[in-house]
Amino acid sequence: MRKILAIWAAKLSAVAGRLMGKKSSSTPGAIALKICPDLIKQLKKNIKYDIIATCGTNGKTTTNNLLYTALTQNGYKVVCNRMGANMLTGVATAFAMECSWLGRLKADYACLEIDEAYTVKVFEHIKPDYVVVTNLFRDQLDRYGEIETTMEIMSRAFNNSDFPCLILNGDDPISSGFGREYKGTVKYYGISEQVLPQDNDIKEGRFCAVCGTELKYNYCHYSQLGDWFCSECGAKRPAIDFEATDVSLANGLGFSVNGNKFSLNYRGFYNIYNVLAVYSALKCIGVKFESFNTALDEYKPQIGRMEEINLGKPFILNLAKNPAGFNQAISTVLQDTRRKDVIIAVNDKPSDGTDISWLWDVDFEKLAESNLNMLMTSGMRRYDVALRFKYSGITPELIAENIREAILACQSSEAEVCYVLVNYTMLFSTENIMLEIQKEQGRDK
Amino acid sequence: MSNYNIKIMHLYPDLLNLYGDKGNIACMQKRLEWRNIDAEVIRVIAETDDFDISSADIIFLGGGAERENKIVYEKLKSKSAELSGFIENGGTLVAMCDGFAMLGSCVNADSGETEGLGIIDISTIYSKDAKKVIGNAVIACDGLDMPVVGFENHGGMTDIKNHTPLGKVIKGGGADGKGEFEGIVYKNLTGTYLHGPLFPKNPHLCDRILLATLTHKYGNFDALNLLDDSIEIKANEYMINRP
Repeated sequence: MRKILAIWAAKLSAVAGRLMGKKSSSTPGAIALKICPDLIKQLKKNIKYDIIATCGTNGKTTTNNLLYTALTQNGYKVVCNRMGANMLTGVATAFAMECSWLGRLKADYACLEIDEAYTVKVFEHIKPDYVVVTNLFRDQLDRYGEIETTMEIMSRAFNNSDFPCLILNGDDPISSGFGREYKGTVKYYGISEQVLPQDNDIKEGRFCAVCGTELKYNYCHYSQLGDWFCSECGAKRPAIDFEATDVSLANGLGFSVNGNKFSLNYRGFYNIYNVLAVYSALKCIGVKFESFNTALDEYKPQIGRMEEINLGKPFILNLAKNPAGFNQAISTVLQDTRRKDVIIAVNDKPSDGTDISWLWDVDFEKLAESNLNMLMTSGMRRYDVALRFKYSGITPELIAENIREAILACQSSEAEVCYVLVNYTMLFSTENIMLEIQKEQGRDK
Repeated sequence: MSNYNIKIMHLYPDLLNLYGDKGNIACMQKRLEWRNIDAEVIRVIAETDDFDISSADIIFLGGGAERENKIVYEKLKSKSAELSGFIENGGTLVAMCDGFAMLGSCVNADSGETEGLGIIDISTIYSKDAKKVIGNAVIACDGLDMPVVGFENHGGMTDIKNHTPLGKVIKGGGADGKGEFEGIVYKNLTGTYLHGPLFPKNPHLCDRILLATLTHKYGNFDALNLLDDSIEIKANEYMINRP
């Protein structure tokens, strides 16, 4: 009875939220859990096959949603927290929304994106059969602490949930460490050839997790990801079960995995990892995927994943939350040779992380070589971003209190394209403003 | 060619790379260069065999993750007498976060382990149970008309004993977590838990340190030319007014 009450409350709260124009993804679940604390435990019994959790610093929303798309394309019914609300309440929302008003749930799979720091808590309610880990980068030290703390939490979560099958990024010397002496099954994916020009950036996690020696690389993709090895103790990139080769970055992304060719109309090298992780997960759970390529075509990225909005010229909105994310966004910008404006907008609300020291760990200087027309900053920390550029020799053209101002200024500039790179709490408001402008100017037709 | 030249030695940027410390180096360098003072940055990294502390005018020691801090501590042990002489002689040392704590004695309350370079008389206690001090901080400093603002994130609690603090805490936990005082100033040493890119939004503190360095090196150095710090001041004000 409590279960049905909880589901009703959640559904009504979601409807009310929608009426108020909110994209509620946590609140309905929070209400439902108040009424029925073991709601998820009760509902998970109705998942016919497997529960797949996706964790990691970057790429988890894309990976999880792509997996969802691939499974639904195959005709399965899937519970999924697609909006990216990745704590217990977001999972509860996803389950409640998938139920009928009578509280019945019929689903084949659950695809759940879970915040690393909340894995122990969430897995108490729902033990995954498979866990995909995308990567671990330094992220919001004020919230998560050092990477070691995050790893400790995740290891505990895996141990507590009877050692689910782990699907790990073998190129990441940090997160692939979960597979070392693991009591369950482990599968690795990776990109098995040098693709990008090699640079000598300082890498996070470049010390061997076994013996502490500095790691060496045969080739490096970005941050600490690549073909790594330790010359001291012999630890090295594990044998890869699902490897991408023949990578091409011209006209979208192209690559092969174990003989299957993929071509995608996405930007961003990192998307190879996202697709590869999904491919590996599908293989592991044993789903046929003749339609995987269709799923890739059908897949609509979440907002702000190199999302193109036409405002007379293309404006490309991208979410980046940490140095690794920003550096990847910047290298994608660098691959675009058009004359461009760039707007960087950074907030410091609790969910962004209140410490913005990491701005200095992003290679913003490289934007100077990107055929840059104008640079503008916005967001609550617009002055800090401006200083980051000022002390690197790039003068921002405008420091805009409201990002609308910056967007309008870029519309009338000589550039052919404008990149808008924002962090988490800037994302939805920026997209709204861009769509508003589009509508006002009659460009939405 | 300038008549003045300042050498900034950045200690282990490859190991102590947690919080964007390079913002401080860039800030010192640019603010010297904008005044036609040559600035040279010497990077001492993990592979550097040996380095001459006395060749530097400013030494910067930042903060890193636990493992990297230990490596740096091991490397600097043999340099502690030299570093101490450098400070006593009026050399400029800027130490932030764990780099600051490392200059004194450090005790791990759980294991009983003690380390620390013991160059200055401050003591830091680490304990797993201690609540970390994390958040934005605002400090009022004698002689500076604008507060110093930054971010603190430390688990070690530091007793600065008889030292002069960098300033009085207006907002934040302070060096010992009690919310009274932050950091220390001793001769031309500035130590603080405010980490990462502190100088870009505290140009007044940066200039105070640069002026002291120039005065120490060249005897009577008049004053630093004023710069347009309008963006810096806005960034500083944001932190003061941030709820």
